[in-house]
Amino acid sequence: MRNQFAETLYEMGKKDSSIYIVVADISPAGSMGKFRDECGERFINVGVAEQSMIGICAGLALKGCQPFAYTIATFSLYRPFEMVRDDLGYQNLPVTVVGIGGGVIYSTLGGTHHAQEDVIIASAIPNMSVIAPCDPLEVVEATRYCATQKKGPIYLRLGKAGEPTLTENAVEPWEFGKIRYLRRGSDTCILSYGVVTNKAAELADRLTAEGDSVSLVSAHTIKPLDREGIAQALAHHKRVIVIEECAPGGLASRVKEIAWDTEAKCTLHTFTLQDKFIHNYGNHDQLLAAHGLDVDLIAAAL
Amino acid sequence: MERKAEFQAMDAAAARQRCMGYRRRVLEVSQHVSALHIAPAFSCLEITDAIYNVLMRDQGNDASPDRFVMSKGHGCMAQYVILESQGVLSSDDLAKYCTPHGQLGAHPDYGVAGIRASTGSLGHGLSIAVGMAYAEKTQGGDGRIFTVLSDGEVQEGSTWEALMMGSTLGVDNLFAFIDNNDFQSLGRTSETHPSFYPLVEKFDAFGWETAEVNGHDAEAIHKAVSARQGGKPMVVVCKTTKGRGVSYMENVPIWHYRAPNPEEYQQALDELNEVSS
Repeated sequence: MRNQFAETLYEMGKKDSSIYIVVADISPAGSMGKFRDECGERFINVGVAEQSMIGICAGLALKGCQPFAYTIATFSLYRPFEMVRDDLGYQNLPVTVVGIGGGVIYSTLGGTHHAQEDVIIASAIPNMSVIAPCDPLEVVEATRYCATQKKGPIYLRLGKAGEPTLTENAVEPWEFGKIRYLRRGSDTCILSYGVVTNKAAELADRLTAEGDSVSLVSAHTIKPLDREGIAQALAHHKRVIVIEECAPGGLASRVKEIAWDTEAKCTLHTFTLQDKFIHNYGNHDQLLAAHGLDVDLIAAAL
Repeated sequence: MERKAEFQAMDAAAARQRCMGYRRRVLEVSQHVSALHIAPAFSCLEITDAIYNVLMRDQGNDASPDRFVMSKGHGCMAQYVILESQGVLSSDDLAKYCTPHGQLGAHPDYGVAGIRASTGSLGHGLSIAVGMAYAEKTQGGDGRIFTVLSDGEVQEGSTWEALMMGSTLGVDNLFAFIDNNDFQSLGRTSETHPSFYPLVEKFDAFGWETAEVNGHDAEAIHKAVSARQGGKPMVVVCKTTKGRGVSYMENVPIWHYRAPNPEEYQQALDELNEVSS
């Protein structure tokens, strides 16, 4: 994902001289090096100074530029939170805050590097949009959107590297603010976003093999949430399952809220990270499993 | 690339007259509200006046390449009365200060005419100003960015991040002024943090061009900025008196956020009239 982000940003940055990237001491992955070499003045490394990273982005945006702030999610959103809220949210500036390794992807680095509440925290800020692409192809679409929109700040939650492609045969195109059907079925609808969508896809395969007709949906834009799209999904499936790599309070809670508001008749199952710090140091899958986000565990709970 | 700064001349007598008028106007507004930041505004009034009326081209209006950020947002009464005198804000705007139908609050809000950034939480303005200055330099503009920080605000870690970045990015079109009145909410800054001073040496060490002046002396402020070497961002440490101009407000913490009663109001006006006559 981060390589695809860097490649897309490089492409956009070559065309548009108002695009800046402000990083905080993170090694320029993939094409980020090309951006740095070819658009030198528009690549800023603040070092270990994330509050300044956000403030500088705000200043650039106030002068008409289109900046991206870029570092590990905990340091792009949590450390400079008040700058994100006041400088970007309150002033409603078109700055994209990129969080690398959202969720518990940095599994072995411990809780200090786990952005397990990032989507909820970012969503709570007025004016802030939140996008979490599910695969590298969606990263391209999302990055292009972020690089050209002028509506306001965006928190762009990315994984790290090597994520599988899930959307090459999607039945719908990517559109900001709309849920996206990757597959369409009539019995069960699985909603997910971000890297953990690969688990949702695996569950979809399994349920399909068992004879279920399954929809798989990338809810890549968590804010503004496509309420109408979700209401339709609740209305037109017998069962809806939400799989989310985020603490309770994110998409799963929003879907329940919409289900209540629309008096949905389907059954609804939600699987999220737990509201706790888990002191395990396995790989990403193992840490997700420790939180209960494992396809076997989910299938057994259905 | 490097353009030597050229600032218009300072008429110190005219600046004194303006500031007298601004102080009166702030006091007038104080009579419509229960509380407002008078003393913090009086502390940075001469600095803010010099920036708007002399140092920025076209008074920093929309057509000017120059911009001002009131990083110490609680000093914004100084900014409001100056913007009113320029016709950017109306007397009606000030009459409706802190009311449900007004657009002016106790901290400046981006989107209001003449306000270039929302501040109020301390430690934000300098990084924003660094970003604005860097945008000017890299987008081919020749704008200069001016900002006023409180001394209390310099305690924020984010201010030191911004100082570091200002010199790293070489934004020599950035001018920061420290309203060094030695007061913060709970008392004297020098007592809160005995190692806070000296300031100039710290800024020097962070790679900024520095000067230290009497922050109520318009001529001294102008001279310091005009005499700069350039090539680095500049910080001017301005020795000021919180509540400057009204004897009972000077260096008295309650006037950080209190409006005078009618008697006190009259006394304040009398003192200002006495000075100006």
